[in-house]
Amino acid sequence: MLHLVNKSPFERGAFESCLNMARKGSAILLIEDGVYAALKNTPFEDKVSAAVKDIRICVLGPDLAARGVDQVIEGVEVVDYGGFVDLTVDHTPVQSWL
Amino acid sequence: MKYGILINEGPFTHQASDTAYHFTKAAIEKGHRVMRVFFYHDGVYNANALSEPQSDDRNIVKLWGDLAKEHKIDLVVCVAAGLRRGIKDQVLAEGFRISGLGQLTEIGMAADRLITFGD
Amino acid sequence: MSEEIQTEYETEGVEKKFMFLNRKAPYGTIYALEMLETVLISAAFDQDVTLVFMDDGVYQLKKGCDTKAVNMKNFSATYKALGDYDISRLFVEKESMDARGLTIDDLVEVIFEDEDDDWAEKPAVHVKSRDEIARLMEEQDVIISA
Repeated sequence: MLHLVNKSPFERGAFESCLNMARKGSAILLIEDGVYAALKNTPFEDKVSAAVKDIRICVLGPDLAARGVDQVIEGVEVVDYGGFVDLTVDHTPVQSWL
Repeated sequence: MKYGILINEGPFTHQASDTAYHFTKAAIEKGHRVMRVFFYHDGVYNANALSEPQSDDRNIVKLWGDLAKEHKIDLVVCVAAGLRRGIKDQVLAEGFRISGLGQLTEIGMAADRLITFGD
Repeated sequence: MSEEIQTEYETEGVEKKFMFLNRKAPYGTIYALEMLETVLISAAFDQDVTLVFMDDGVYQLKKGCDTKAVNMKNFSATYKALGDYDISRLFVEKESMDARGLTIDDLVEVIFEDEDDDWAEKPAVHVKSRDEIARLMEEQDVIISA
């Protein structure tokens, strides 16, 4: 399945809830304010680095650019809107962690 | 692939409607079909014809209407959520229609994927 | 609007697994109330429906909500009626309950009549582990979440 997270991990628990639930073989796409979870040098980096071994973690490039950030944790893939669509083709169901 | 889209936020507090719009465009460009976009919660404000963004801002109400016209997408505003927020026929933007919540369940049944954008 | 736009879809005979995933507390925002409206409408479509309550969503089922002093519509009683809509599965996540010091005794009772068991009255609210809910999520066709 595909998990969508659009909340900053600093502000809300959505990303943490998602990580707790995401099972091996699933994918997570970080969008909107969720992209901050994909960045290096945050308290979440270790968790993300550990998770990418079992879960495909992607981040939406246009949302990174809009926020002026680009230092993405190793193993996290940057995708565009077309890549977002492809993720929804490859994975079902899709859950938005609002 | 056939898609249903659910938008739960209005156009000015949250990015949800913009992300949904870019997703919908990208899906169509890849040859998929977006059958219906359902506007719920504050998402009904995306259908407000009286909305006047400043001239240097995008007009997402019009963008949705234009995209729907070009690609024959059914834009549905939830009647119950719309009524309590004053979104009804008198202020409904071009390209949108008002209908019941059953239209959301229906598109969940008919589409291959239902993708939610909200807060 | 253009008459060429298709506004009806054939869903005869379609039965999908729908999960309504509630993660937000009631009353502070409208999501819980409007999600409940979605659930009630969906009941008419005879789909395979599961409701999940996790994170602050577990507070939606808290007993004894009294909204008189805040003058807001009290929809807490509506959850109790879900059994009458043939909704037989309301799962609350154990970890979310534990984190909030809640037990099943703190939650409203929802009773449904089991048609496969001579219409015996049974409780619809069950506590499930995070792992059980994660597995259940992956089996769904559609997840509607707020």
